[in-house]
Amino acid sequence: MTALLLVPLLLPFLAPTLARRTLDRLTPVTALWVLAASAVALAGACVAALGALVLTGLLKLPAFAALGELVHPLRTPSDFLIVPTAMAATGVLTLSAWTLARSALRQSRLFRTARTQADRRPAVGDLCVIDSPHPDAYALPGRPHRIVVTSAMLRSLGPSEREALFAHERAHNHSGHHYFLAAAELAAHCHPALRTVRVTIRLAAERAADESAATVLGDRRLIATAIARAALAGQAFRSTRPDFAPAATTGPVPQRVAALLTPPEQRSRATRCTALLLAACAFLSVCAGATGVFAFHHQVEVAQGEESH
Amino acid sequence: MTDAKDERRPAGELEAAVMAALWAAGAPLTAGRVQTEIGSRLARTTVTTILTRLHEKGVVGRERQGRGYAYLPVQDAPGLTARRMHTELDRDTDRETVLARFVAQLGPDDEQLLRQLLEGEEQ
Repeated sequence: MTALLLVPLLLPFLAPTLARRTLDRLTPVTALWVLAASAVALAGACVAALGALVLTGLLKLPAFAALGELVHPLRTPSDFLIVPTAMAATGVLTLSAWTLARSALRQSRLFRTARTQADRRPAVGDLCVIDSPHPDAYALPGRPHRIVVTSAMLRSLGPSEREALFAHERAHNHSGHHYFLAAAELAAHCHPALRTVRVTIRLAAERAADESAATVLGDRRLIATAIARAALAGQAFRSTRPDFAPAATTGPVPQRVAALLTPPEQRSRATRCTALLLAACAFLSVCAGATGVFAFHHQVEVAQGEESH
Repeated sequence: MTDAKDERRPAGELEAAVMAALWAAGAPLTAGRVQTEIGSRLARTTVTTILTRLHEKGVVGRERQGRGYAYLPVQDAPGLTARRMHTELDRDTDRETVLARFVAQLGPDDEQLLRQLLEGEEQ
């Protein structure tokens, strides 16, 4: 029983590699769905397993055993194993809940501030321009959707590149990508390995918006140059700031540009199957977690004297 | 040179394109100049109509220039608060989680790569 509960804790460590594979081998929109669903499933199984381990530990304490109306001691592996495991699980679960609550509070406060400010501005279509020397642009979800762009960003792009930027941001808003980003955020707080998956999910959302914009404007190269120019404009501004820390690996921007400059390829059935290894991993994790939790529940009922061995 | 597809786009998108052109210019633009700045895919009369509508909403100001008007974006009081909000958002490095940013930060090699790409495009 306890061994089964460890499976959902270990399987997420495979997720970062498999997630990259999923994004590389499926269309961005499909990849985004598979990635987000798998991340949430892995996170859910992980939390359920941790919860069962915490309860196992608690029911070892006489006070809680009495509260749970146990008439026999709970049958578990040796106390030398189960007590430290349960204590570690309690620590991890508390830490996860704390960071998740803090992040959720901060994110919703930021979102509300952005929303109230955007709502106060007169609507020019869905565009909200901010007069700022810092080139920046983002999609603001909610009702109605908004595209927030600084004047410096508009000045650094040509007319058709501005259309490319708007098409990209509108794609984010119309496809509800913020839900996927929120799911990624939720999962990242449940297991450390899922933090890397969050990065992949963000990249998948950007790729999906890029491809959608390319379809709307009928020009993949245009989207690629718009992204490159916007990134370089932002970089020129940022490099004067002291808190700038260069990333060691190839960042998401060149990956997006490169993907737009290579024609979309037809993928074989076998390639698509290996792309779904992440989903298989998530499925396995949920099955192991569910079986573990049911087995634990059965043990509790046995200990309560309601069921025989 | 008017593209029928552009004329059929939602009014909001056309207004956004015109507004973006005015902000990008940084100086008052006549309807004719706006038409050029947005890629001249719209009829001049359509551009004039949009500019008049934006002026009625109070989001663009205008001044006489020759026989017509030149238009420029208005930086109103809400605009200033929006700017403050933006500074606050900017301080938060982790804000991508709710707000999908158009471009992320670049690494040193990334910059080189992108410059090469743009140079290739311009040749």
